[in-house]
Amino acid sequence: MKKDLVIIGGGPAGLAAAIAAKEAGVEDLLVLERDSRLGGILNQCIHNGFGLHTFKEELTGPEYAARYIEKAEALDIPCKLNTMVIDLAAEGGRKRVTVMNRQEGLYEIEARAVILAMGCRERPRGALNIPGYRPAGIYTAGTAQRYVNIEGRMPGREVVVLGSGDIGLIMARRMTLEGAKVKLVAELMPYSGGLKRNIVQCLDDFDIPLKLSHTVVDIKGKERVEGVTIARVDENSKPIPGTEEEVACDTLLLSCGLIPENELSESIGVAINPATGGPFVNESLETDREGVFACGNVLHVHDLVDYVSEESSQAGRNAAAYLQGALAGKGKAISLRAADGIRYTVPASIDVSRMGETQTVRFRVGSVYRDAALEVTCGGRVLKHIDKRVLAPGEMEQVVLKRSELQNIGNSESITFSVRTEKREV
Amino acid sequence: MSGRREFVCIRCPLGCNITVETENGGIKSITGNTCPRGADYVTKEMTDPRRTVTSLVRVRGGELPVVSVKTAGDIPKDKIADCIRALKGIELSAPVRIGDPVAENVCGTGVDIVAAANVGQA
Ligand SMILES: Cc1cc2nc3c(=O)[nH]c(=O)nc-3n(C[C@H](O)[C@H](O)[C@H](O)COP(=O)(O)OP(=O)(O)OC[C@H]3O[C@@H](n4cnc5c(N)ncnc54)[C@H](O)[C@@H]3O)c2cc1C
Ligand code: SF4
Repeated sequence: MKKDLVIIGGGPAGLAAAIAAKEAGVEDLLVLERDSRLGGILNQCIHNGFGLHTFKEELTGPEYAARYIEKAEALDIPCKLNTMVIDLAAEGGRKRVTVMNRQEGLYEIEARAVILAMGCRERPRGALNIPGYRPAGIYTAGTAQRYVNIEGRMPGREVVVLGSGDIGLIMARRMTLEGAKVKLVAELMPYSGGLKRNIVQCLDDFDIPLKLSHTVVDIKGKERVEGVTIARVDENSKPIPGTEEEVACDTLLLSCGLIPENELSESIGVAINPATGGPFVNESLETDREGVFACGNVLHVHDLVDYVSEESSQAGRNAAAYLQGALAGKGKAISLRAADGIRYTVPASIDVSRMGETQTVRFRVGSVYRDAALEVTCGGRVLKHIDKRVLAPGEMEQVVLKRSELQNIGNSESITFSVRTEKREV
Repeated sequence: MSGRREFVCIRCPLGCNITVETENGGIKSITGNTCPRGADYVTKEMTDPRRTVTSLVRVRGGELPVVSVKTAGDIPKDKIADCIRALKGIELSAPVRIGDPVAENVCGTGVDIVAAANVGQA
């Protein structure tokens, strides 16, 4: 089978990319989704808070997904469900997509362009290094979310959550509402990994304690979890002896972060940024493999689906431009440097001759800053200075650069993003 | 009597830190909000805190056993538990479409519960 454009993943990223590509004139496209329904992770996110930016109303995950699914249907975009992409390879200018499903078995699709939209998955327990047995009752928060919200089953009655990522916070509320007792949320870092609004609505509203700089050091129980031992940690995240505290529970939820799902990106040889776990991309959201684009959580973990949709539409339009030969020949790329407190930027480089009127640059900071500023500099010159009352790793930041600003930087090879704080001087 | 309370606005993901100075039980000043919605939020939060509630109800004959539902508007925070309890007994029949009515005037709040996902027939 041959296709102009193959989109891997039918979550919000894949759907928005497909819609934008089709609207930009790509007729011969196909969305591949391994699940039995479109919508990705949104199907299990039944809480509200989606779409505030895009639709100016607070939708639940399934409602937000439905808007894009209906649009994709109205545009007659072909989607193959229950179809898993198992390999991706480059052959000359073409891409070979190997897929598998029950009806058709294993086969190959030859594509001129590919959009990676596989989302992310939760960090598994193995990565956490908690000693002790492996009793039943330990779940990642996302798995618990699936049980409760899609299958309608409760994983347990007395719960401790390790990690304060958004899924953990949302599940603390969800299980409380369903009648469980959530004893506490322990977070290794001195700050939460989740959005502030989720701390207010999910923990404070229900008087669930958030223990910062704490971790689980032991799990009790052989067959089933009977309790955990938590302890305070020092600046180096090492448990402090003598601070241990036993907490009885039958369930431990792990919410220790998400990692972009990039096995396929790696199999086609795309370079991965260790800071995001996702591909390095340029201003067109194209990876270092020509004609291979990436968007959504596979590129970097987003907290807001609105930004996923926006970014993915851009990837879809760029893939269309690429197929139509309109993604102009490469000029000189300016690299974006993440320095002083900034962990990464997406994109990682900008070719001014290919960018639009404006370019949104998204990034995360490495720790919590108060009364600080974001600065974009080139040589010694400040291009942007944005004051911020609070910056936190849990909240993605963005800066919009204008083409005119970048045309003025002369021969510079890079621009630098950094956090400026008064405190550093003291 | 004067006092001071700290809030995090939840009206949008920016999550502004808002400080309210009070005097004799009334609000004297509100600072830290980036937009007027923040002032509205803290005023309500001090007098009549409300939340949108989402949960699940059972579905008979559907491709999935449950469907997510939500309050069509926000309800008083202290009614959340009652509202969840009221949903326990409800069972819908597939197909269910987004916006389908699930319960009227839940717990006397004047707010209806509506379906928030599509569940087709099995
Ligand atoms: C628990 C949780 C709570 C959230 N809460 C909010 C919130 O309140 N507000 C908000 O705005 N955002 C929220 N988000 C963020 C938002 O849901 C995500 O940013 C968004 O879903 C990411 O979209 P995506 O398409 O990149 O990934 P996904 O939704 O994960 O979709 C990826 C899709 O790709 C498919 N796929 C993967 N690999 C393959 C393969 N090899 N072959 C075929 N298909 C494949 C998967 O099955 C999946 O359907 C939340 C996220 C989570 C996890
Ligand atoms: S005050 Fe305005 S900008 Fe700040 S969190 Fe509230 S709604 Fe958002």
